[in-house]
Amino acid sequence: MTNVKTRTMSDERGTMNDESLDEPSSFIVHRSSLIDRPYDIQKIRSDFPILKRPARGKDLVYLDNAATTQKPQQVIDRIVRYYTQENSNVHRGVHYLSEVATKHYEDARVDVQRFLNARDVKEIVFTRGTTEGINLVAQSWGRANVREGDEIVISAIEHHSNIVPWQMLCAEKGATLRIIPVDDQGDLLLDEYERMLNPRVKLVAVGHASNALGTINPIRRIIAAAHANGSLVLIDGAQGVPHMRVDVQSLGCDFYAFSGHKVYGPTGVGVLYGREALLDAMPPWQGGGDMILSVSFEKTTYNALPYKFEAGTPNIAGVVGLAAALDYVSSIGLDHIAAYEHDLLLYVTRRLQEIDGLRIIGTAREKAAVVSFVLQGVHPHDIGTILDQEGIAVRTGHHCAQPLMLRYNVPATGRASFGLYNTKEEADALVAGLHKVIEVFK
Amino acid sequence: MSDLRELYQQVILDHNKNPRNFHEMADADRRVEGYNPLCGDHYTFFVRLDGDTIKDVSFTGSGCAISKASASVMSSTVKGKSKDEAESLFETFHRLVTGDASGLSAADLGRLAAFSGVSEFPARVKCATLAWHTLRSALQGTEEKVSTE
Repeated sequence: MTNVKTRTMSDERGTMNDESLDEPSSFIVHRSSLIDRPYDIQKIRSDFPILKRPARGKDLVYLDNAATTQKPQQVIDRIVRYYTQENSNVHRGVHYLSEVATKHYEDARVDVQRFLNARDVKEIVFTRGTTEGINLVAQSWGRANVREGDEIVISAIEHHSNIVPWQMLCAEKGATLRIIPVDDQGDLLLDEYERMLNPRVKLVAVGHASNALGTINPIRRIIAAAHANGSLVLIDGAQGVPHMRVDVQSLGCDFYAFSGHKVYGPTGVGVLYGREALLDAMPPWQGGGDMILSVSFEKTTYNALPYKFEAGTPNIAGVVGLAAALDYVSSIGLDHIAAYEHDLLLYVTRRLQEIDGLRIIGTAREKAAVVSFVLQGVHPHDIGTILDQEGIAVRTGHHCAQPLMLRYNVPATGRASFGLYNTKEEADALVAGLHKVIEVFK
Repeated sequence: MSDLRELYQQVILDHNKNPRNFHEMADADRRVEGYNPLCGDHYTFFVRLDGDTIKDVSFTGSGCAISKASASVMSSTVKGKSKDEAESLFETFHRLVTGDASGLSAADLGRLAAFSGVSEFPARVKCATLAWHTLRSALQGTEEKVSTE
């Protein structure tokens, strides 16, 4: 029996019990004091044009949302409108279109600030994605503040993008990378983490949720312990923002990075939140236009926050598209999405456990709707090919988390990751597809 | 299902379940790793040579059915062949799995014909060719990790 427990948002979920497990997923009503609207899955699905197209002649069953999510028409339309009506460079010309583009670009920054509940709009830096946000902190804050003998703490379940930038920094500075271990279920060993903390630990960098196992890390406790130790905390929020409400002030983290494309927005755009005092003290990272006030060959004066960290013409269409995506998920409600996806997770977990020879990798106490699994006698890559013939998109491989695969002694896993538009019928299709895999390999 | 049966032919399923020459080799002249980081296919190949002739080939490791069956079939196919013959078999095999089988006869292909379905699955070509790329590098004497990424 897998140990999937109801999330801590018990206020909303306390009265739900298993009522929704037996209801058709097309219309699930969540009763609570906070959420009294129905979750209109048909309307939501109709917002995503790509879900109407077939794959390999079958209905597309898209279960690779941890890799990237599909885009609603609202986001697509917003990008089209930008290029049709508003395109210009930002922060430059005095002409009309430049003003229009700059206004939408900066309005988007305010949207992100509100979405994350950041204290000040200056704390929102636009990046290419989570990876760039983490590299920015490693290269700017890290190179200025980490010295020989210092320590950076990450966890055993990090994505490569929250491992390699710190390895590079540690190698350059002669610092040490330390790893919070994980138990067999996929929960971080917090007692060991707290024992690791010492005055040499300058930064703790952990994921909000694991892309490979689905584990939602107890980041409040991780942040509190780090701060009590005088260490800063960066949260890799790539898998957090799509699945739950994030309030950076309430969390108290120092940095929070996420990607647009994993939260139903465009690729190539992301956000780094950083506390103003920290960002202010950090040296610029990349040099170029937009990040300067004045340049002479003798001396360059850097621009104020957040422009200091936005060298070059930014991904303006991406930024306005991201704002449209955040508006889209906010209009459904992040708590609403989290509750819906959690029901899906419970359902698909139960269905997968009925399959002989299938083992779920990652059964943490709190999980996002991500299920990694292995099937006895069948390599995940073969599973992926056979499911693909059924129109079912899953990820197979190491999920950019090779140390994690080593930890669980598997070369790779299959991974089904659910988003706000997936249904129990699609979970059923996955199960049927896996039975086909077993049939081919029996 | 027909494309799938084409890909996962009985020969492939059999070699996957019971790979031939699947062991280490203490007196190998060459030992080369083949690695496909995207899928996690990871094998070590052992080759014993007698002058220009491949006396023995074996392998260990793990990976998907296509890569493992390909390694198994390859190991039994190239045993006793000269380096040049092995190279020419690789070229034949490569044409087969990339869909350029024109002019290849059943006699050219032999057991390799079981991999004809791979050409319909472009994402799996690198699985099928991993063993062959690794063998080539072993025969050329490069003792490095070979990757098909």
